[in-house]
Amino acid sequence: MLSKPLIQRTAMPGLGLSAGITLTMLSIVVLLPIGALLLQGAQFGLANIWDTVHRERVWAALFLSFRLAFLAALFNLVFGVLLAWVLVRYRFPGRRILDAAVDVPFALPTAVAGIALTALYAPNGALGSLAAQIGWKIAYTQWGIFLALVFVGLPFVTRTVQPVIEEIETEVEEASATLGATRFHTIRHVILPMLTPAALTGFALSLARAVGEYGSVIFIAGNIPLRTEIAPLLIVIQLEEFNYDAAGAIGIAMLVISFSMLLAINLIQIFTRRRIGHV
Amino acid sequence: MSDATSATIARAPQPRARFRNATEETPLARAVLIALAVGGLLLLIFAPLAVVFAEALAEGWGAAVASLGNRDARSAIQLTLLITALAVPLNAAFGIAAAWLITKFDFRGKAFLITLIDLPFSVSPVVAGLCIILLFGANSLIGGWLVAHGLPIVFAIPGIVLATVFVTFPFVARELIPVMIEQGRAEEEAALTLGASGWRIFLTVTLPNIRWALLYGTLLCTARAMGEFGAVAVVSGKIRGQTATMPITIEMLYNEYLSVAAFSMAALLTAFALLTLLLKTMLEIRHADQLAATRRH
Repeated sequence: MLSKPLIQRTAMPGLGLSAGITLTMLSIVVLLPIGALLLQGAQFGLANIWDTVHRERVWAALFLSFRLAFLAALFNLVFGVLLAWVLVRYRFPGRRILDAAVDVPFALPTAVAGIALTALYAPNGALGSLAAQIGWKIAYTQWGIFLALVFVGLPFVTRTVQPVIEEIETEVEEASATLGATRFHTIRHVILPMLTPAALTGFALSLARAVGEYGSVIFIAGNIPLRTEIAPLLIVIQLEEFNYDAAGAIGIAMLVISFSMLLAINLIQIFTRRRIGHV
Repeated sequence: MSDATSATIARAPQPRARFRNATEETPLARAVLIALAVGGLLLLIFAPLAVVFAEALAEGWGAAVASLGNRDARSAIQLTLLITALAVPLNAAFGIAAAWLITKFDFRGKAFLITLIDLPFSVSPVVAGLCIILLFGANSLIGGWLVAHGLPIVFAIPGIVLATVFVTFPFVARELIPVMIEQGRAEEEAALTLGASGWRIFLTVTLPNIRWALLYGTLLCTARAMGEFGAVAVVSGKIRGQTATMPITIEMLYNEYLSVAAFSMAALLTAFALLTLLLKTMLEIRHADQLAATRRH
């Protein structure tokens, strides 16, 4: 087998310019800064990083961030598929507004979302006071963090699943129905498997966004150490004390955990794609 | 058979049993699903939007407008507009260059390059800010040299621009790449054989084909750039009147219990965000065929 040349020869102009701009900006904006973080970690040492991360307060914050991000992404997975189904399959007044509203979390600044959700769900807020009557405290508890993470991750699953539902041919569902399957059976065994790869992509994007989210969470969280303090906030606190070693250690831990989770989701995705054998 | 009889048959009442298509859910199931969707979005999206404006106007229009008129508020608005005006064109230039490189040439490591471009999506904005401080902060090698030569990055405008470009990095490229792959290279190659220069090919052949996708990506990028909080909070130093952007100012006002002022600025940002969404929706309706096939972000 002939090995592919590094760059295929072509008469198309602009290779030097486009490669130059792309690689220069990628290096200055993304690669060198992340490299600086890794270098800082290497100088600090693996043992020291472990000691920093293993402190009770840091450990609790990391566990809280990843646990709630996972739960929020899971909620968004279910609600996002439901929303995509309703928006594609049903016709009802206000559908277009609903469809456009799904993108609000993409466009609305996170700090705005944070103070709005807090004002709404605080014990004296419009909805928070209703919840308080049944003894349910939302803002300043882990429920509040969950709510903010659901908000920021809401559009991802819907937007990845919607085009797939649009492309499903009704013949498949008709075939299933003629073979005697109930509607529930058809959805469970025919439609949902077709949506799985796209839904997992949306889940991964939603999870990645929720794990690192800061702006919308810090207002509603209450930020009580060991209980409602998220990992990115700890980095900010360390930076305010100019403790770059500790901030770097927590940053590296977050990077490593998120990349491993995304890798795991990618592997699951490859597996489901192979099993279902399409898309 | 006479005409009269056949007309009678045609007009014979049809059996009126409600017949449900086998590929539809029962009316009850539909109603429940629609109610869940509407209810969920009311609680999560519409109610928070309404609260922003309600809190801003809690003491009337006068108080809201006055709170946006003071010196710090005006400086924050100007700074956010400046940062957006710098970061978005940088990002668009990068997006076009990267999409051209990836779709017009064949080279090894292309998939890896795309992964690197997507990398900022899976990095927390706070970690992004931390990385920029470690590279360009006054204590670092590069940052120290730049400060000594009168060009501080961190706690100054260049750092905020850098942080904003980091968090919005993939937006334009991701929107352009699928569209340009779909359009192929044939038109550019035809122009090339006719003797057009590289710039002429780009401006007269490629750009008209990708303009709506470019606008779409730029809109998404603008919305995110104006509202970025985590990364900017870390690198800006939050100096009032100097490096405090609109989202940072909202945080400061909110923490000082200046609710009307905080929500008035939030309402202004929300209005920008809703305007972006409106333009984006119009693009989706009018130029759907010229945007990326899937609406992934």
